[in-house]
Amino acid sequence: MNSNFKTFLKGIIDVSPLMIPVVPFGLIFGILAIDIGFSPLATMGMSLIIFGGASQIILLQLFSGGASSLVIISSVGAVNSRHLLYGAVVSEHVSDLKLIWKIIISYFLIDQAFAVSNEYFKKSKEKNKYFHIIGGGFTCWVVWQITTFLGIILGEAIPEKLGLSFAVPLTFLAILVNDFRKMINVIVILVSGLVAIFGYNYIPYKAYVIVAAFAGLFTALILTKIVKKS
Amino acid sequence: MNEWVLIIYCGLITFLTRFSMIALLKKEMFNDRVREVLSYVPSAIFPAIIFPAVFLDSTGSIQLEDNPKILAAIIATIVGVLSRNIIATIFSGLISYWTIIFVL
Repeated sequence: MNSNFKTFLKGIIDVSPLMIPVVPFGLIFGILAIDIGFSPLATMGMSLIIFGGASQIILLQLFSGGASSLVIISSVGAVNSRHLLYGAVVSEHVSDLKLIWKIIISYFLIDQAFAVSNEYFKKSKEKNKYFHIIGGGFTCWVVWQITTFLGIILGEAIPEKLGLSFAVPLTFLAILVNDFRKMINVIVILVSGLVAIFGYNYIPYKAYVIVAAFAGLFTALILTKIVKKS
Repeated sequence: MNEWVLIIYCGLITFLTRFSMIALLKKEMFNDRVREVLSYVPSAIFPAIIFPAVFLDSTGSIQLEDNPKILAAIIATIVGVLSRNIIATIFSGLISYWTIIFVL
């Protein structure tokens, strides 16, 4: 077997266990998008063009709340700022590649693929190791497109009174489960959440998401400094 | 703004946050301090979606009484902390919510 393909397969195998939570996430996205009134085509378009679960769900949430386009786009940017960190970590492993490969890898640089490929990159010395993240990212891409499509079909059938929009805060809550045990994270979570609730009606243009995020990050900045000093 | 234009802009900004560091980074442009603070981004931004969706009613006022979402979110949080399992967290929350509104 060709060694590029072997690395690609290894990426698929490594990322597979992380695909289980992506399934309900994709279904919920498809169902809600239809619920809010996006066409099936636009819903599919979001998954193809944006290809980012948190970004797409924030887009739905703010769009249905009547936020302006500028606020939606900057909130999506704020949610994505964690990818700057992923890119910074991955860049040293892919710095010699052609631009086209960097573009492909960037499109596939999502949480799950980053998590497993970062571990692989640390161990592997092979030149073609970047095929690992392409395998992982591609797997997630396929799962995301299929579950979005199934969600669109389900969305036409599921009654609104089931209150499935409550699945949005639950999915985000689920992403944070590992952070609940760390003191600084818990404080940051509370600061951001409280600013969002109390700012919801007073911060113009539905920019409460961005204001709350900055309040949370500022808290993290201060707390991590204090902890280091003591 | 047309919804397709909005989707394309959101796609562009998502792509650019992923691509910029891969394309531009010279060695170690991010020091450890920046990395450390950036690792708190999920904890700083996701509650801004979670809290209003749980604690506010459809008009945007705070609703603490007679709000099944609060209890369901607390149950989901406890299940999440104990199990560290994403699916268990989502489903325990949804099932509690449905139990409260349809059964109790």
